[in-house]
Amino acid sequence: MILQDSKTLLEVRGLCATVNGIEILKGLDFTVKSGEVHAIMGPNGSGKSTFAKVLAGHTAYEVTGGSVLFEGKNLFELAPEERARAGVFLAFQYPIEIPGVANSQFLRLTYNTVQAQRGKEELDPLEFDDFVREKMKLLEMSPDFLDRSVNEGFSGGEKKRNEILQMALLDPRLAILDETDSGLDIDALRVVSQGVNQLANKDNAIVLVTHYQRLLNYIVPDFVHVMDAGRIIKTGGKELALELEERGYDWVAAEHQATSQTRAAEGVA
Amino acid sequence: MSTVTAIRRPAAGYLETLLTGQSQLPASPLPRINALRAEAVNRVDLLALPTLRDEDWRFTDISRLTKQSFSPALSATHLEAADISHFHIEEASTRLVFVDGLYAPQFSSATSAASNSGVLVSNLSTLLATHATTYATVIEAHLGRYAAFRDNLFATLNTACLHDAAVIVVPRNALLAAPVHLLFIATQKEVVSTPRCLVVAESGSAVTVIEDYVVLYQPRWQEEAHFTNAVTEIALADNARVNHIRIQREGAQAFHIADCAVSVGRSSNYQSVSIAMGAQISRYNLNVLLAEGAECAVDGLALIAANQLADTHTTIDHAQPHGVSRQLHKCIVGGSAHAVFNGKIMVRQGAQRTDSQQSSRNLLLTGKAHVDTKPQLEIFADDVKCTHGATIGQLDSEEVFYLKSRGLSDSVARNLLTYAFGAEIIERIPVASLKQQLEQMVLEQTSSQS
Repeated sequence: MILQDSKTLLEVRGLCATVNGIEILKGLDFTVKSGEVHAIMGPNGSGKSTFAKVLAGHTAYEVTGGSVLFEGKNLFELAPEERARAGVFLAFQYPIEIPGVANSQFLRLTYNTVQAQRGKEELDPLEFDDFVREKMKLLEMSPDFLDRSVNEGFSGGEKKRNEILQMALLDPRLAILDETDSGLDIDALRVVSQGVNQLANKDNAIVLVTHYQRLLNYIVPDFVHVMDAGRIIKTGGKELALELEERGYDWVAAEHQATSQTRAAEGVA
Repeated sequence: MSTVTAIRRPAAGYLETLLTGQSQLPASPLPRINALRAEAVNRVDLLALPTLRDEDWRFTDISRLTKQSFSPALSATHLEAADISHFHIEEASTRLVFVDGLYAPQFSSATSAASNSGVLVSNLSTLLATHATTYATVIEAHLGRYAAFRDNLFATLNTACLHDAAVIVVPRNALLAAPVHLLFIATQKEVVSTPRCLVVAESGSAVTVIEDYVVLYQPRWQEEAHFTNAVTEIALADNARVNHIRIQREGAQAFHIADCAVSVGRSSNYQSVSIAMGAQISRYNLNVLLAEGAECAVDGLALIAANQLADTHTTIDHAQPHGVSRQLHKCIVGGSAHAVFNGKIMVRQGAQRTDSQQSSRNLLLTGKAHVDTKPQLEIFADDVKCTHGATIGQLDSEEVFYLKSRGLSDSVARNLLTYAFGAEIIERIPVASLKQQLEQMVLEQTSSQS
């Protein structure tokens, strides 16, 4: 929802980043205010997932230019775990399997770590068990998933539910969902989307990184951005997603190029 | 210009010191034991301490062991029951305790064949003093039959000192649900002990045995060494099942060398989990011989740091058809520690339809940590299914990032992943309280390394 008196949560200016020396993000601008839902769409290789991982602090990505302020503070001064504690959450496109660590143990450890950092109450195993089971109902997850190793042997849909469960527990200010819809059948998509919608409120914001318009039927964005070659080249409302579904991405790039050329020509004249 | 390094020889009389008092051992009522001792003593003269030039010891430098001299405990350390109660395993119904190699009846709960279960759990010398005739046959049939000592100096030294030993005999079709705990406590510095175990599972029987090597430090001896030189023999008749859990959690300066020989009869099942956490140098040889249709699962975990060395040598011998073996060996190596794994799977001619899987997985926590792993398959049959493999790696950076992105600090994330790597083996221990205790120890050890 777009609110009158919302606060700016995330302010990205001219962000440039490389992977293995190859520049992927090339001057990206992006602003998110509390209460908003943003969708970032774009063709493969446009830099969507790179952007998500740079925000979470993945060390394989090197920031070479620009700035990112999260609630007014320089995000790059924070280690990944400090970003998580401050309220940045990334739902992974490919959640990692951790054999040997019980999901319940992992969830409680992360929950209590973040709670402690925020000066809030930690829960003992019994209290946590009740708490997490409530959250699991939201995602129609069986309690069996608590006893299994983290993501090990989970189906694609189960892994994504487990990601959103973590989002529910960590209660982030800014949640970035990287291709959360990929690999989901229609029922799982509905459940996961309902979960996300219930977690959205006026104080937090959600950034959906997705290929497909389908997800946006369930989680309705306030803004749709088109990313191409490491930059956001077009921003519109939810209807832009439908147009993209119909016409693809090429026209946006062409339009962007034409505008840039006109501007350049006017500049010369 | 070249530098010539002479191979260090131990001081003259080194082996004699290890055998101090051997000649004063009381004669056993069982002629076989006297014969074994005599044969071993003669053999010691013909064997040399292994060096890096021996193929079986090429990665394991024991010069630190041979620099120090050790002799058997002259007297038992006085202990109170409370001193050792924290070693108890609640599930265990019977327990034999040996202190510096000497049987400690006051802490043990031996059972005789006259007990309800019919299972014998006893100390060899005590048993023979009172019931020599009853048990002569079973002991003669098995003791010293599996752990070949002729070319193995350490097993030979152990055999020369045969006296106190844990003996478990599970009669035909007896199923012992509660584990038997064999607890070997080191309490004295500069002492060598020669623990010995014999487990006989008669046909159709089942038993769980926990072989547990611990240290009880005297206050000022924390940094002192002791030497444990153990031999275990396990015989499974047909259709028997033995769960064998072996925990080596000796002192940081200890030396631990052990040999275990297992004969698995027709359609029997041998499951083994061995954990090596203690000792500055440890070596465990495990040899499993499989009869027709026999199965074994041989799993191991070495968790070491600082300048520890842990060496595991295993042989699984598919001597006959239709055998199944599964082996997962893991090493977690921190500091400048060194882990060695040599796992040989032998499939003899005629051992058709053998099904064998072996995996060696190693986690190096530091740049100075070192692993030598050598999975080996030797196949002389043509209709078999055998796989093996080895991996050596560091913690996966994607896994670390995943945990950090959930708010966990770098060190907590790494500890959790290290713990998880080891937990896969510990999970296989079928004794809940021991599993829990070990998980806690692994968690503490991995945490202290960061």
